[in-house]
Amino acid sequence: MPLYAALTYTADVDWSQPEQATELAEYRAFAAGAQAVLRGGQALYPTATATTVRVSGGKDGDVLTTDGPYAETKEALTGFYLLECADLEEAVRVAAGLPAAWNGAVEVRPVIQFSR
Amino acid sequence: MTPTLRGDAARDGPDPPAAAWTEAARVVREEHTRLLATLIRVTGSVDLAEDATQDAVVRALETWPRDGVPDNPRGWLLVVARRRAVDLIRREANRAGKEAAAMSLLDPTPEPPEVVRDDLLRLVFTCCHPTLSLDAQVALALRTLAGLSTAQVARALLLPEPTLAKRLTRAKQKIARAGIPYRVPEAAELPGRLTGVASTVYLIFNEGYATGRPGPADEATRLARLLAELMPDEPTVLGLLALLLLQGSRRAARTGPGGRLLLLAEQDRSRWDRNAIVEGVELVGRALRRTPHRPDRYVVQAAIAACHALAPAYDRTPWDAVVSWYDVLLTVHDTPVVRLNRAAAVAERDGPAMALGLVDTISGLAGYPWWHATRAELLRRLDRPAEATAAYDRALALDLNEPQLAHLRRRRAELPA
Repeated sequence: MPLYAALTYTADVDWSQPEQATELAEYRAFAAGAQAVLRGGQALYPTATATTVRVSGGKDGDVLTTDGPYAETKEALTGFYLLECADLEEAVRVAAGLPAAWNGAVEVRPVIQFSR
Repeated sequence: MTPTLRGDAARDGPDPPAAAWTEAARVVREEHTRLLATLIRVTGSVDLAEDATQDAVVRALETWPRDGVPDNPRGWLLVVARRRAVDLIRREANRAGKEAAAMSLLDPTPEPPEVVRDDLLRLVFTCCHPTLSLDAQVALALRTLAGLSTAQVARALLLPEPTLAKRLTRAKQKIARAGIPYRVPEAAELPGRLTGVASTVYLIFNEGYATGRPGPADEATRLARLLAELMPDEPTVLGLLALLLLQGSRRAARTGPGGRLLLLAEQDRSRWDRNAIVEGVELVGRALRRTPHRPDRYVVQAAIAACHALAPAYDRTPWDAVVSWYDVLLTVHDTPVVRLNRAAAVAERDGPAMALGLVDTISGLAGYPWWHATRAELLRRLDRPAEATAAYDRALALDLNEPQLAHLRRRRAELPA
């Protein structure tokens, strides 16, 4: 069965803070409802904690780090889910149940399943 | 004359008569889309299906003009295409399991008609899937449903061929990789999905209509006809075909000497296509009977087009009916452009002052040239030439094609200085 990543883009929130409890509960409710297709997922700390890593001059070159996310945007990548669905239509239907879909946006991307 | 094709002409004999070519090409064109639609289902790949279909088409065009069109052309094409698909699968993949998949394609059972119909519907709904961009939908529909070559699609859309080829490749990759299903939507989803299909086809129609190129408009009308055959009870589809026929019926009358754009009021109505009008009006009636409560927007747009098509002269247009239909349209499809078109009909019924009042209350059309052009026209009728000139200038500064620009420049030049 195809796997899909559902990437949540929302306001840059700190899920670890108590004031997010209500919203976090909505995500837990989503997860409970989507149990049948949910194969994983995590919430991310805010972009202020992000470090962007680059190596200059090719492999083994100098490691350069910048403070902050790869792209500074109004809506940030705040979490991700892994969904196992029959097809894109089902994945879209499930993703539309994520609070991020009405508080921001959800990007649904098919996952490559390399044969082992 | 019907050519007799069952000859015993040798392979190196004289070229078959032109009529034999034409007949073979016609049958191939007719069967092409159905063949492709079935091949996509059995192979699960648009690319593979296209290659196999292409191969079968080439072979048919090689042999049919010489040997005659077989009694069951679809069966013939399907057998050749399936064999080709098997070859391709064997060549591409040495992985276990593929061989079995390939063999199942050689199942000689013919497809029952309802399966072929469903295959076509699957193709329609996959090409016009809402998770594909409109640009991708238009390109895919022309390539697969209308059966145009990549070069022909590029020409129809006025795009460089490599750009179009890349767009098609991306769209097909997305269908395959993201898992867009090859399936007819369920009843509950159908109305919404059909509106999406209709807007894609209408976009193709307008691609040609705006620039006066017949190609895309003809293809769109063919597609609408196919949809109406597949879904003869869906008002959206009947309304779409009616709308395209009624708008298309004016084609020969829309341009004057030197490609000059002629307005509805200026057109020679004897040059309108009567057959298209009769068919379009009949379709509007059928579609309206199927939507007694909540009319479909395409049906209502077709009803407006029918009011114009049936009027013997511009000054005998039933403006009351036109305005009423616009009122209905606003209940199902309320957009600034619909409001603008309604105002233009009000101008004919109640005069320019009333219409200008309406036009000036429509917001969000400052970037739409026809909003400025309509204001200019109304200001001209109200004897306010300075303001009319200014409004023409604003329209002319916006995005229009050459015949449209020429038309507005001419109107502007006619104003008193």
